[in-house]
Parts: sequence; C-alpha cells; structure tokens
Amino acid sequence: MGELMTATHNFGTAPIRAATTADTFKAALYLTSATVNASTTAYSSTNEVTGTGYTAGGVTVTNATAPIAANSSPTAGVAYWTPSASITYTTVTLSTAFDCVLIYNSSQSNKAVSVHTFGSQTITAGTFTLTMPSNTTSTALLRLSTT
Amino acid sequence: MDDSLLEKREGVVDNDNENTTWVEYWLEGELVHRSAHVTLKKPLTYMTAEAASIT
Repeated sequence: MGELMTATHNFGTAPIRAATTADTFKAALYLTSATVNASTTAYSSTNEVTGTGYTAGGVTVTNATAPIAANSSPTAGVAYWTPSASITYTTVTLSTAFDCVLIYNSSQSNKAVSVHTFGSQTITAGTFTLTMPSNTTSTALLRLSTT
Repeated sequence: MDDSLLEKREGVVDNDNENTTWVEYWLEGELVHRSAHVTLKKPLTYMTAEAASIT
C-alpha cells in the first residue's frame, strides 16, 4: 500500500506529473468559524487566519521521509506518512481564534489532503508550533490500512 | 525594558487529541506575547474526500 501513497498505481484518471519527486504540501490555519472538514476539496483563503507574519496559504510542510509500508500478516498491512518536522509559524500575531490546520497539495492545484483540529488558539507576537504524532503504524498522521 | 515588569502565565491542555502548552507575557495588564505548542496525538481528523477517493 505504500505504492498507493506514492501514486505508483492509477485506477482512474491521474494528473500528468512532470517529475518523480514528491509533491509539495502546505499547511494553512483556519479560524474557529471556518467549516473545514472531509468535504473540503481544496485550499481556500476563506476564513483562513490573517495577521502579522502569516502569509496566506500557510507554510510548507517538511517532507523528508517517504511513506512507509508494513505488513503485520499476509492479509494485514498499513502504509503511513507523517511530516518529518513540526509545522511552525514563527513570529506571528493571530488575534482571532483558530482551531484547525488544512494540509494540501500545492503541486496539484492545491487539492486538500487532510484536516486536523485542536483546541482554539491565538498567538500574540509569538510562535505557533504544531508537532506531529509519532510516525508509526498506529499513530502516523496519514494511514492507509487493510484492517 | 525591565523584564521584571513582565508577568508570565503558562498553561497545559492534555486530552486524547492533543497535548498543548502555552505561555503568555503580560505587561501592565496588556498581553504582549503568547506562543502555543500543540502536539497532535492522533492520526488525521479528516481525510478529505478528494484525497481519499480513487478516481
């Protein structure tokens, strides 16, 4: 299933890729008033946070570790991926409360990948750091599993 | 600035979804600094339909 995470198999119509390198993923923060969920199809600036030091679209996600696939039995397996570093917004002022981050693919028309929520936050002349869960079969940020 | 004038406030939120720590500095009743560090504990909240689909 790791090959599913690297677009080796195409069961339908896929975009033409100019390179075999990994896509670029970004992380944008959204206000508590935003509706960002499984129905979100792409990045939008609507209800995205605004403030000093924050650039619309968010920051680039560090992706130094390729997806990993592991089989726990002949019929059970999981492929997983986690950003290889914390997502950090340095020296920002975000005065309106926000509570979720959208990870999206800026190499593929900004299509949405996943949404992650947390308790609402504001930042004043400070840093917001989002540390990822451990990159394991059970806790990785993104997982594809047969079970 | 005399750092002794700053009042430091800290907090922790720990639940099934996250472990969050925050720190604030107040100067004469005004919030002058707030940083937060959220550690996600769980895998994704939502895989977006677009990303989950095989089209």
